[in-house]
Order: sequence, then C-alpha cells, then structure tokens
Amino acid sequence: MATRDRDTNGQPMVRLDKINLSFGENHVLQDLDLTVAPTEKVVIIGPSGSGKTTILRVIMTLNRPDSGYVVIDGRHLYHEEKNGELSPAREKHVRDVRTDISMVFQHFNLFPHMTALENLTLGPMKVLGLSKEEAEERGIELLEQVGLGEKAGHYPGYLSGGQKQRVAIARSLAMRPKVMLFDEPTSALDPELVGEVLAVIKDIALQGETTMMLVTHEMGFAREAADRVLMFDGGNIIEEGTPEKILREPTQTRTKAFLRAVLSH
Amino acid sequence: MIFVFAQSQGWSWDMEYALEILPAIARGLWQTVVATLVGITIGMILGLILALLRRSEIRIVRYPAIALIEFIRSTPLLVQLFFIFYVLPNFGLTLSPFVALVVGLGVHYGTYTSESYRAGIDNVERGQWEASTALNLSTTTTWTRVVLPQAIPTVIPALGNYLVAMFKDAPLAIGIAAGGILLAAQSIASRTFQPVEPYTVMGLMFLAVSIPSALFVRYLERRYGYER
Repeated sequence: MATRDRDTNGQPMVRLDKINLSFGENHVLQDLDLTVAPTEKVVIIGPSGSGKTTILRVIMTLNRPDSGYVVIDGRHLYHEEKNGELSPAREKHVRDVRTDISMVFQHFNLFPHMTALENLTLGPMKVLGLSKEEAEERGIELLEQVGLGEKAGHYPGYLSGGQKQRVAIARSLAMRPKVMLFDEPTSALDPELVGEVLAVIKDIALQGETTMMLVTHEMGFAREAADRVLMFDGGNIIEEGTPEKILREPTQTRTKAFLRAVLSH
Repeated sequence: MIFVFAQSQGWSWDMEYALEILPAIARGLWQTVVATLVGITIGMILGLILALLRRSEIRIVRYPAIALIEFIRSTPLLVQLFFIFYVLPNFGLTLSPFVALVVGLGVHYGTYTSESYRAGIDNVERGQWEASTALNLSTTTTWTRVVLPQAIPTVIPALGNYLVAMFKDAPLAIGIAAGGILLAAQSIASRTFQPVEPYTVMGLMFLAVSIPSALFVRYLERRYGYER
C-alpha cells in the first residue's frame, strides 16, 4: 500500500499547524504539526492517555484547540479568511467545512431510538438534502456493503457490538466524507467480533478514495492497510514512517517499549 | 364501619341527600379535572421551554430563567393564584377565574417539570451529542431528532406524578372563586347546613380519580422508567 502513487506536491487533505490543547494542567497536544495527503491511510499508535484520540477529536471539532490551525482540503476549519486575515470562524463556516469529515467512535454512539436504517438516513436527509427514497436506497446499499442488509429494520439494542460498529461505519460513509476518523473502533468489542469490523474498515481502505485516520492497537491492521504509522507520545509525534519501518525497526526507545507491550499480549 | 362509628358519635348519614347532591358535585369534579388537564398541558410545554432556556449558553437568557424557576418554586401556589387573580388586573391583565387557575397551575408546575426535563436531558449520553456533531446535524435537528426523543420518555413518569399532584392542588381554585369540586361541595354545605354528605362525597370522588391515576403512573414508570 505504501508504494501507491500519490501526488505529494498537491494540497494536503488534512493539515494541523502548531496545535496546542490542554486539559487543566495536562498539556495533551503540544505544538502538533501533522499533514495527511488525500486518500492516505494513517494509523496513529501510542500509549493510552497520550492524546492520540484528541487529535481526531480536534479534527472533528469535538475539542477546540487552544491555539493553532486545522486546514481541511485547503479550507480553515476554525478560522475564516477575510482579506487575507484569519479570524475565528462562525458556527456556519465550521459546519460547512465539517461536511468533509466524519468519525467512527469507540462506543459506536448509534441513536438507540432509531432503526439501523434510520441511523443511516437521518444525516443524508437533514444535512445533505437527500429525499427519503434516495437516502433509504443508499442506506440499504451501505448496510449491504457492511454485510448487514437484513438488519435494516433492527434497533441497535438488538445488534451485537460488531454489528453496531458496522452500522456506525455505514452511517459515517452515508455522509460521503472526504476524511474518515476512526477512534479505537474495535477496542470496545469482544475479541471474536474484532475481525468483522476490521474487515469492513479494510474494505473501505482498499477502495482507496477516502482519506483515513485511525487510532488503533491493531498492529496487524496497520501493517496491511496503513500507508503511514505515527507513534504519538507526550503530546506530539515522536516517530513516523511506513508500517514496515515503524513496526519492524523502530528507532525510538519509547516506540520499542510500546510495541513490545502491545504485541506481547 | 366508619359510618357506624360516626353515627354512634351522634352523626348521621342521609343516603337520599347524598345521592341528590351527587350530580352537582360531579359537575364540580369535572371542572377540576378539566382545569388539571389544561394546567398540566401548559406545565409540560412551559417546563420544556424553561428547561431549554436554562441550558442556554447566553447568560441574559439563562439567568432570568433560573431566577424565575427558583422564585416560583419558593412561593406557595395559593399565593401565586391570589397574585394572578387579584394583582395582575392592576397591571391591566384581567383573567377569568378559570383562566387564572389554569395559568397558575401551569406556571407553578412548569417550574417543576422543567427540572425533570433537565434531568432527562442531562441523562442523554455525551456520545449522542458527539455523534450528532460527527454527522454535522444542525442544533435544531440534534435536539428534535436525537436528544429530546431520548430524554422525554425518561421524564414521562415524573410528569405523571405531577399530573396527580396537580389534581390534588386544583381545589385551591376556591381561593379565587374558580369553579371546582370543592366550591361545589362547599356551596351545598353552606346552603343546607349539612356538611357531612357533600364533603364525604367529594372525598370519595377524589379517591375514585386519584387511585386509578396513581396506578396509571405506576404503569408509566414500568413502561418508560428503565433504560431500554
């Protein structure tokens, strides 16, 4: 995958520029710079509490950075450009840029009072302006893509964890995002259900078009599907490279220690 | 048994008289029921509005809402009814006794239901809000399609309890000469000088409505009370 041709001179899909974010005393992101190319698949690894999830949350606007810039496909997320000057963006602008981004959560966060299909059609109808028929047709298609066509009328309470997460992934896809963020998508699952979810994510990765950023501890997945692996610790990226390089020949002591801990269990 | 005891104490129970006054007291009961139903409707709508205002991020919206809720919860309903009926006309707002009653009941209970709504809204998981952001839903869609449909079922048992409580408060209508079961019983008693039958019939009618209502509320609690 790492050898796939990519126009590296073009505009990045995601650019983080000197992002800082603290929760009280805890400096979670420290002058973080990160660039992700269009269609690139990036896996972020690192010890828990290191703030790797926060990177995704900042891009999804769930946590606003204290300072720094986020640029999505050439447009500032938190700022508006007027006469060459940047000012804090109004809600309307944030929503506008946010249409490019979607996120899959560790705990799925499906809407429990809606069927699987209704979970998939709400966003497209309310945000993308699709008709009910269009949204349902596409919803069924996506449910079939994640292997859950026959569960369209089921409520989340009647689905297994793996099925819930697959519905949640389909719900994200329904918004046709350019960037998909996955926050530990298999961490809340029973071990025997991890495979079916990873298979669906790998499917999306192999289709190629979507830019993906994943926080995960699934090193096998990183090896097979990622273009680049980022090792995150202490508020910043301490090492990055192709999966082969990071997983086989890490140079940083902290990366080596982390990989030993993850791979040995 | 109570009647036997009462009679032994020199009281008397005139069944014919009791049946004769029954329709008049039943009409009073009907007025009380109608006032309660209108009052709880106002209370449920106002409560939701107050709960949303109280959650506003804008201080000049939030603080007055908090002040109003705390002020109304700290004063008795009867005093509020007197204020609405006897004081507001001085500011050019004259309400009929019935309207004053349902407004009083609705506003008073609206402050209580608002707290129930607030708890129901706070109980909606943070992940639901985050998923709404991730789907880029507007604030309105997030509230109407995601948050309130999950919050309101959990509030329904509390609203049922307030309905029963309001029904028992509605006879305060007598303070502002609004019709109702207590006024009906009282006017019979003061006309005939036989208070035992009208007030006893009234009490029995209250039980006849309150007990089924309480059972209904218990059913609501079973139906909606648990996390699904």
